[in-house]
Amino acid sequence: MNDMSHINNDDEVELLSFRLGEQEYCVDIMSVREIRGWTKATPLPFAPPHVRGVINLRGTVLPVVDLSVRLGMAPISGEERNVIVVVSVEGQMAGLLVDAVSDIVSLRREEMQPPPKLSDDASARCIEALLLIDDKLIRVLELATVLESNQQDAA
Amino acid sequence: MAEIRASFFLECDELLESLQDALGVLDSGDYDSETINIVFRAVHSIKGGAGAFGLDALVNFAHRYETVMDELRAGRMELTADATRLFFQAADMLQDHVAAARDGGDVPAGSEQTLHALEALLGEDHFAEEEAVEFAPMVLDFGFGAEDAPAEDAGPTEAGWSIRFTPHRDLYLSGNEPLLILRSLAQLGQAQIECHIPDDLPPPNEDNAETPLLSWTIRLTGDADEDDVRLAFDFVADVCDLDITPIIADEIEDPAPAPLEPAPAPVAVTEPDTAPAAPPMRADAASAGAKPASEPPSATVRVDLEKIDRLVNLVGELVINQAMLSQSVEKAGLGSHGAVISGLEAFMMLTRDIQDSVMMIRAQPVKPLFQRMARIVRETSASVGKEVRLRTEGEATEIDKTVIERLAEPLTHMIRNSVDHGLELPEKRLAAGKPPEGVITLSASHRAGRILIEIEDDGAGINRPKVRDIAQQKGLIAPDAQLSDSDIDNLIFLPGFSTATEVSALSGRGVGMDVVKSAIISLGGRVSIASTPGSGTKFSISLPLTLAVLDGMVVRAAGQTLVVPLSAIIETARIDSQQIETLSGNDAIMPFRGEFVPIFDLGHQLGFREPGEHCSAGIVLLTTQENGRRAALIVDSIMEQRQVVIKGLSQSYGDIPGVAAATILGDGQIALILDPADLGQHGRAQSTSNDRRMAG
Repeated sequence: MNDMSHINNDDEVELLSFRLGEQEYCVDIMSVREIRGWTKATPLPFAPPHVRGVINLRGTVLPVVDLSVRLGMAPISGEERNVIVVVSVEGQMAGLLVDAVSDIVSLRREEMQPPPKLSDDASARCIEALLLIDDKLIRVLELATVLESNQQDAA
Repeated sequence: MAEIRASFFLECDELLESLQDALGVLDSGDYDSETINIVFRAVHSIKGGAGAFGLDALVNFAHRYETVMDELRAGRMELTADATRLFFQAADMLQDHVAAARDGGDVPAGSEQTLHALEALLGEDHFAEEEAVEFAPMVLDFGFGAEDAPAEDAGPTEAGWSIRFTPHRDLYLSGNEPLLILRSLAQLGQAQIECHIPDDLPPPNEDNAETPLLSWTIRLTGDADEDDVRLAFDFVADVCDLDITPIIADEIEDPAPAPLEPAPAPVAVTEPDTAPAAPPMRADAASAGAKPASEPPSATVRVDLEKIDRLVNLVGELVINQAMLSQSVEKAGLGSHGAVISGLEAFMMLTRDIQDSVMMIRAQPVKPLFQRMARIVRETSASVGKEVRLRTEGEATEIDKTVIERLAEPLTHMIRNSVDHGLELPEKRLAAGKPPEGVITLSASHRAGRILIEIEDDGAGINRPKVRDIAQQKGLIAPDAQLSDSDIDNLIFLPGFSTATEVSALSGRGVGMDVVKSAIISLGGRVSIASTPGSGTKFSISLPLTLAVLDGMVVRAAGQTLVVPLSAIIETARIDSQQIETLSGNDAIMPFRGEFVPIFDLGHQLGFREPGEHCSAGIVLLTTQENGRRAALIVDSIMEQRQVVIKGLSQSYGDIPGVAAATILGDGQIALILDPADLGQHGRAQSTSNDRRMAG
C-alpha cells in the first residue's frame, strides 16, 4: 500500500523498467531494494510454478519469483545476463527474476493511464497502469498483487 | 509516550516476578521483614507507575493490595497459610490487571472478590475509611481530610515528626510527584502540611515547568515510626533534600487542628498551573518509565530482541563465511600449508566461541515460565479440589527465548494434566498412605548439550489397563497387540486419546497429549514418559539448547543438497534392492533389523524426480517418525555431518510438507532442512494422491 500512496501523493514518480521477453515492465523504484545478478536458486518442493526457489541474500533466505511465468508467459531461461530485482512490499522481501533491466524512468503520475478492463485473470490484475514512452508501451506492475497472490496459490 | 508505556509494562513484568519470588519465600516460611518489604515495594512501584499513566483500575487494585501488605509489614496482622494463598491469588490478579491495562482489556473477573477476601484478613472495621480512597494522581486535590481519619482516634499524640521536604529538579525528571508523597504521609497519621512559596515565584512557563520551586514542611503526628516516614520518600530519597526530626510530645500544642489550613490548598486551587501542577505532565512525557530509585542498580542492559537477532544472523554469516574460506583454501591447494591451516583452525575456534556467546545472549532463565506454571497449579488445583504443591528446581537454567515462549503452552497443558489426572483426591491419597497434599516437581537442567525439563507428580501413576482399554475402544491398537508397559504409557501421546472418563473443564478440551508432543517435536525436542503405578508419573522433555543451530547430515538426492537433522536419524545403511518389496502401487517396504519399515525415495517425496529411479544405488537413512515409528529414506549420497545455521523460510509459500527450514552451506547455496517425521506422513498421503508435484 505504501507504494500506491507514493505514486498517488507525489507528482513525480520514478520507475525501474525491465524486459520480460519482448515486453517492457516497470515497478516503482521506491520498492526496489537492490538488483542482483543471476544466481541459481534452490527449488522449493511443491511450490507454485512461478516460484523459482530461494537464494541466499547475505544470509537471508529470499524467495525468487519468475515474473515471466507469474504473468503467464514462458519461463525465463536463467542465464548470466538475467537479473533478480529485489523488492520489498509491505515488509516482505522477494526477488523478481527478469530478463534484463532497461532503464529508470521519471515521469508525472498523470502520464500513467489505467489499463482497459479486458479480462480479470490473475496476470491482468497485476498491471496497475500503462505508459507510453517513445511510442513504446510499458506496463506498470502492482507489486502487492504480484506477490500477494503467491500466498493464495500456495495456500 | 508509547515507548515509556512499553517500558513501564516491562518493568511491571520484572516487579511481578520479584513479587512472586518473595511470595514464594513467604510461603516457605523462611522469610524476614525484607521479604515483606520486597512484596510491598513491588506492588507499590506498580501502583506508582500505573498512576502516572492514569490506569485507574490497576492503581485501585494495587493500592488496596498494598494497604493489606502494609498491615502485614507493620506487624499488625498475622501471616497465615490462608493469607499467603490470598496474597498469591492477589498477585495473579494483579498480573491480570497489568495485562488488562496493557492490552486494553476488561478488568479481570473476580478481582473484587479477591480484594474483599484479602481485606477481610484485616477484620471488619479496618477498611471503613480506606475504601473511600480515590487514587487520582493527575488531579490536584489536597483533600486529605477524608483520608487521614485514622488520626482522629489515634490517641497517642505524644510524638510525631517534623519533615522538611525540598525536591530537586531530578525528582520531577524521574517521574515522581510530591502530591502523592504528601498523600501517603497523610495516611500515616495526622499531617499538617505547610507549603513554602518563594517570594519571587515566577509565573509558570515552559522553561520553569519542570523546576521545583516549592518546598514543604510536614508535621506528622501519630504512631508512625521513622521507617514509615522514610518509606513514603522511598523513591525520591536521592532526588530531594529531606530532613526528618522527631517532635517531642510537649511541642505539640494543638493536636487536632484542621490539617489543611496552611497555604497549599489555595495555591493549588487558584493557580492550578503553578509549578507543582506542571510536573506530572512533564513526567508523563519524559521519564515516568524511569526505574524507581529504590531498585538496586543491576548490571543488565535491556536490548531490543531485533538487535540480538541481527547479531545472531551476522554470526551465522560468519560461520558460513568461515566454511567458505576453508573450502577456498582447500581448493587453492593450501591444505598442507602449516601456517594457513593453524590460522584457519584458530579462526574456526573463535567463530565457534562467538557463536556460543551470542546464543547465550538469547538465552533466558526458565524462572518466569516456571512462575506461570505455579499459577496454573494454584488455579487448577483449586478448581478440582486437590491440594497441590509445586516444587521447582533449576529455575536459573537458561534456554533460548523462543523455546521458552513456545514451551509455555505444552507445559501448561502437561501441568494441568498432572494436577487433573496425575494426582489423586486428598481422600484417596490418605487411603493410599500418602500425605493429602500432592507434589508436582518441575525441574530444568542441562544434560549432554540439551535441556532437560521434567514434570513429575507423586500421584497414582498411569492406569495401564484403563489406557489399554481406551486405546482399544478408540481403535488405536489391535485387541491382541503385544504391548510392553512403556508402549502402553506412550499410547497417551496418540492423536485422539483422552483418558478422562468425564470431560473436565481443565484438560478435556479435546486437546490431548498428542498436541503437546507435536509442539515439543516442532521445537526439535522429544518427550518421554515414565510411570510407576502407585507412586507417580514423570514426563521428560529434552530440548536443543538453541533453535538457531542444528547438527545435521548433509545429503544429496536428485541433484539437490538437503540437510537431515541428526537427531532424527537412527542409522544409515547401503541399500539392497533385493530386499525392497513392493506392496500396493508405489508403496514399498524393506526389512530392517527384523521389522518392516516403509521406504521412500527422498527425491521423489520432494517432487524432484519420478519414482522408481535410482532406487538401487542409494543409501538409506532410517529415521524416526511421529509416534515412534520408523521410516527409511533413500538418498543418493551422504556428503558430511556438520552444524548448520537454521534460517526460517519465508511464510509466503505456506508450509512445505517435509521441509522444516533452510540453511546456507559453505558454498553460499541454500539447502533445505528436512523434517523426516512430516515427510513420512506426507509420503503416505501422497501415495494415494500424487497431484501435488513440483513444477519447474
